[in-house]
Amino acid sequence: MAKSRSMKDDRRRAMIWSYFFLCIFVVFFLTPPFYMLLTSFKSNAEIASATSPWWVHAPTLDNYIELLTTETYLTFFRNSAMVSVLVVAITMAISIPAAFALSRMKFWGSGTLATGVFLTYLIPETLLFIPLFQIFVWVTEFTGIELINRWYVLVILYPTLTVPFATWIMIGYFASIPKELDEAALIDGAGYLQILTRIFIPVALPGIIAATIFAFTVSWAQFLYPLAFTTSADQLVLPVGIITTLIRGDVFTWGQIMTGALLGAAPPLIIYAFLMDYYIAGLTAGATKG
Amino acid sequence: MALPLILIIVLLVLYPALYSLHLATLNKGMERFVGFDNFTFLFSRETFWMVVKQSVVFAVTAVVFKALIGFCVAHFVHNVPVKGQRKWRGMLLVPWVIPPAMSTLAWLWLFDPSYSAFNWLLVKGGFEPIGWLGEVGWARFAVILVNVWVGAPFFMIMYLAALKSVPEQLYEAAAIDGANWWQKLWYITIPMMRNIIAITVLFSLIVTFANFDIVRVLTAGGPLDNTHVFATWAFKVGIEGSDLPLGASVSLFMFPILAIFAIFILRDITKRGAEN
Repeated sequence: MAKSRSMKDDRRRAMIWSYFFLCIFVVFFLTPPFYMLLTSFKSNAEIASATSPWWVHAPTLDNYIELLTTETYLTFFRNSAMVSVLVVAITMAISIPAAFALSRMKFWGSGTLATGVFLTYLIPETLLFIPLFQIFVWVTEFTGIELINRWYVLVILYPTLTVPFATWIMIGYFASIPKELDEAALIDGAGYLQILTRIFIPVALPGIIAATIFAFTVSWAQFLYPLAFTTSADQLVLPVGIITTLIRGDVFTWGQIMTGALLGAAPPLIIYAFLMDYYIAGLTAGATKG
Repeated sequence: MALPLILIIVLLVLYPALYSLHLATLNKGMERFVGFDNFTFLFSRETFWMVVKQSVVFAVTAVVFKALIGFCVAHFVHNVPVKGQRKWRGMLLVPWVIPPAMSTLAWLWLFDPSYSAFNWLLVKGGFEPIGWLGEVGWARFAVILVNVWVGAPFFMIMYLAALKSVPEQLYEAAAIDGANWWQKLWYITIPMMRNIIAITVLFSLIVTFANFDIVRVLTAGGPLDNTHVFATWAFKVGIEGSDLPLGASVSLFMFPILAIFAIFILRDITKRGAEN
């Protein structure tokens, strides 16, 4: 009796301390986004004044109005949206059939390929961007197709980041579908294509949603490739656009920069808010199923 | 059906990776073969050795703290009643969801030399203001801090998922045997989570070692090249300095270290394959 009471007390104490530390970590984790929001409501005059930076004394929506009526910022947003949507479409079109083939059809080298998909993780984009840049310069010289400093070059580049991991997530989901299901369909005379569209895609829909979210957030956030490959203001995507155009020389208009960054972070945050479970499933699938 | 996947891997990953080996042996104008000259030139530069050291210190320190904070926070979330966990988890993952280039801008503003909101608090508390990004030591601290801030939530999510998969009976049995919390942690939790800890740490080492966004936005390698890592220095030399071969040589140095990680991961995969 006494023992069980002390265990209950222990658990209670652990819970109270946990709440205490969770509060500290939430403050640590949320201070920067909170400060972004705070700054986005400030005028330039207030930012330069000596009042407390942790409070908005004269809230204003000027930064939002100014950004959302500026053609360059809207162009960044449009470019980001186009690139991300196209990359998501390409990623899914490539990785769904590939994952299906790798999880069901045993062909020559399929095991090696599955490992190879996994190992592309080890060749980061920070190692590839310089050779890719030179290769694209060549392609432009040979074919006359302008690739450097065009937004669509990103549509070619981003699948190298999204396809391997999306395939990996989906191999995990497809492998968990019982073999009896497709065997039954085969007996009923279904072809591989029908098995894929009638069984695999509907059953593994959560995995497909998770992979879609992953591909979208990766393309939305990518920074190195657009920084290296695009330079003109009308070809930039959001992260690079905010950093290269809103920061003019040493003049920082912080109210606008924070507003721009916050609006730029909004699409992934909104997706996360509504589809948190899929988002987290995508995060954990790679490691636990690997 | 896997052909497009193979094409992407071969044409846009393998081929450029091999091509960078060739690129690294050319001179700046890329018309002459110079053998190992780019590498010997790098070895003679003090900045190069500093980048090597900074990349390793940056990656190892950041990953250790990400793993520790993730491990602790996962336990805190696990300890509170189940119905509240979703809310805490939702708030704690926010740094991971915001694109790092954008959230690093917020940190850049928090560290601003003249309007730093942290310094405002320090001065109010009677301390000296800190030159966050202007002094070498603090700048190195800042890039690691921001990296930990971005990455710790990911570890938290992974470890929380792993914690949930540890059977409750093990702890009950241990409690009956009179084990204290430390013994439960050491003899049950950590052995049960060993695999997931190893995988997350390895992968995070790769990603952190190859990090670009945070250092680029926060310090751009400054003050005086002191916070450069391989990726940012390769960008500065290769793209901004228009010396693609030298930039390629710099980023190639990431490869041996990544290859060592690869061996660990491959061994793990084949071991697991043998178990199944």
